[in-house]
Amino acid sequence: MSTGVIGRPDEQLEVILPEMKKMKTENSEMQEADLRVTIAGVELANPVMTASGTFGSGMEYSEFVDLNRLGAVVTKGVADVPWEGNATPRVAEVYGGMLNAIGLQNPGIDTFLKRDLPFLKKFDTKVIVNVCGHTEEEYLRVVEKLRDQPVDMLEINISCPNVKEGGIAFGLVPRGVENITKKIKAAAAQPVIMKLSPNVTDIAEIARAAEAGGADALSLINTLTGMKIDVQRRTFVLANKTGGMSGPAIHPVAVRMVWQCAQAVSIPLIGMGGIRSTEDALEFMLAGASAVAVGTANFIQPDITAEIVDGMRSYVQEQGLANIREIIGTVH
Amino acid sequence: MKYRKKQQAAVISQKELVSGIYDLQLSVPDIAAQARAGQFVSLYCADKSRLLPRPVSLAGIGREEGTIRLIYRVSGAGTEEFSRLQPGDTLELLGPLGNGFPVETITGSREETGTRVFLIGGGIGIPPLLETAKALKDSVGVTGCTDGTGRIQITAVLGYRDSSTFLSREFNTVCDHVLIASEDGSIGTKGTVLDALREAGEISERPGRKNTVWFACGPTPMLRALKTCAEENGISCWLSLEERMACGVGACLACVCRTADTDEHSQVKNRRICKDGPVFRAEEIEL
Repeated sequence: MSTGVIGRPDEQLEVILPEMKKMKTENSEMQEADLRVTIAGVELANPVMTASGTFGSGMEYSEFVDLNRLGAVVTKGVADVPWEGNATPRVAEVYGGMLNAIGLQNPGIDTFLKRDLPFLKKFDTKVIVNVCGHTEEEYLRVVEKLRDQPVDMLEINISCPNVKEGGIAFGLVPRGVENITKKIKAAAAQPVIMKLSPNVTDIAEIARAAEAGGADALSLINTLTGMKIDVQRRTFVLANKTGGMSGPAIHPVAVRMVWQCAQAVSIPLIGMGGIRSTEDALEFMLAGASAVAVGTANFIQPDITAEIVDGMRSYVQEQGLANIREIIGTVH
Repeated sequence: MKYRKKQQAAVISQKELVSGIYDLQLSVPDIAAQARAGQFVSLYCADKSRLLPRPVSLAGIGREEGTIRLIYRVSGAGTEEFSRLQPGDTLELLGPLGNGFPVETITGSREETGTRVFLIGGGIGIPPLLETAKALKDSVGVTGCTDGTGRIQITAVLGYRDSSTFLSREFNTVCDHVLIASEDGSIGTKGTVLDALREAGEISERPGRKNTVWFACGPTPMLRALKTCAEENGISCWLSLEERMACGVGACLACVCRTADTDEHSQVKNRRICKDGPVFRAEEIEL
């Protein structure tokens, strides 16, 4: 609003008041736009989540974005004991994306429960704990410890490309996916989301295996395995040699995979991979995702998640929708 | 609750100090008001195919003017883009980030016999030490000789590749002494900052160095050698580290360093350079 309005005070008021009224109306309409979505019986205020590994357990980014505005916070992978992760360099930039090979460094479930979960519970958002492990037993130990905890859902990382057997051994063949899903479902108190690897021949087959194992929902995609070489030093940029590619460049691949899985299974999907705008997020929902997760874009714009929530509200209004759920899977 | 946001900085000026090293003055009052010596900012590229912010340390802070000064080396496409910025252009950035040098700790707990602070920089590690020198001087109010006065004596030790030096004259105006080393011997002591320190008699088996403090920033081999030397000589030493970063705020765990003991936050022998650092006590990290 301009402070340079010329004229008597009452004339200024006449200029300002209608504008203020308009703003108020717009705001209340914004709040009314129905963005609620339900995944495995858990209702989220909106479909926007954070992608595991890009947001810690929310503490660092809580300085930059209001966590109450997010549909859910998905934590960084938590294992049964602390993990040191890989040597550095752990990240490299590539055109339109990045590679990471963090190696699932995490403080372990006990510290997570003592420090990180109580922090997240201060906010009005759903909490989804991402679980990682080297072996079946390690996954199950974490899932068991989460049984009595105030956690809304579990996301099981069977697809990290940066850790030997850090899940990927379970995530690449349908039989392995079905088996681990069954065992986790038997042990878990909360709904189970299986996070799938895109580094497979047929993603739909993997999705069907997870569904057959009893998964309540699927997250896709995890990062695409990539490599960057330093031509001056003639060696790998990443200490781990290979890393997982994320960022805007992988978005079309992820949308395609979500669309394929939407045709293959009937459980809800959470779409992720390269989202950096409302439009990117909506593509996933139109392709069949009930919710979305924003990852690498948090590094580019720390409050991008809240901006996408606002963008979805505007979209619901502009398109004359009763709610955001109407668009899920309508492009097929 | 007020949330921290990315800022739009206006470019005031930019000049090339020596080949490939640029001196950028930005107007960004919110950052200037909060920043401390040894902290850094994350700069975002205008070309959105380059996603990740570039961390650059603060070479100067003008709190009253609302300005910051960044001195960086062009080392890739991102910094090359920054080097083309002209007065009137804008630049997106986030900051200040990181912890900074413990200036107040040093000036607050100085020895009665005076404290000698050495600011040791190698190459593009030199710039953050300039603001640190100014902060030390401001924090004490006065610099000067050490004997019995409780004063702080500041010595800059600057290592360059060759005679293409930068900032050394500015260090002269804020420090009590400036020692220079160059790899090719074309200026100052031939060799590294360690050779300059050795020549000045600062590295010896003499005990009783508890009134000496080293603040250092530079390439890892230099920091590693300083760490060893400081430990052998009983010198309090802080090192500012560098690593490839992604988020810059402590969430992604890309830029970790190895620590001697298990870290409270990570629960492993790792600390985050962007959030817990970039400045660490030499004895707490492993290089």
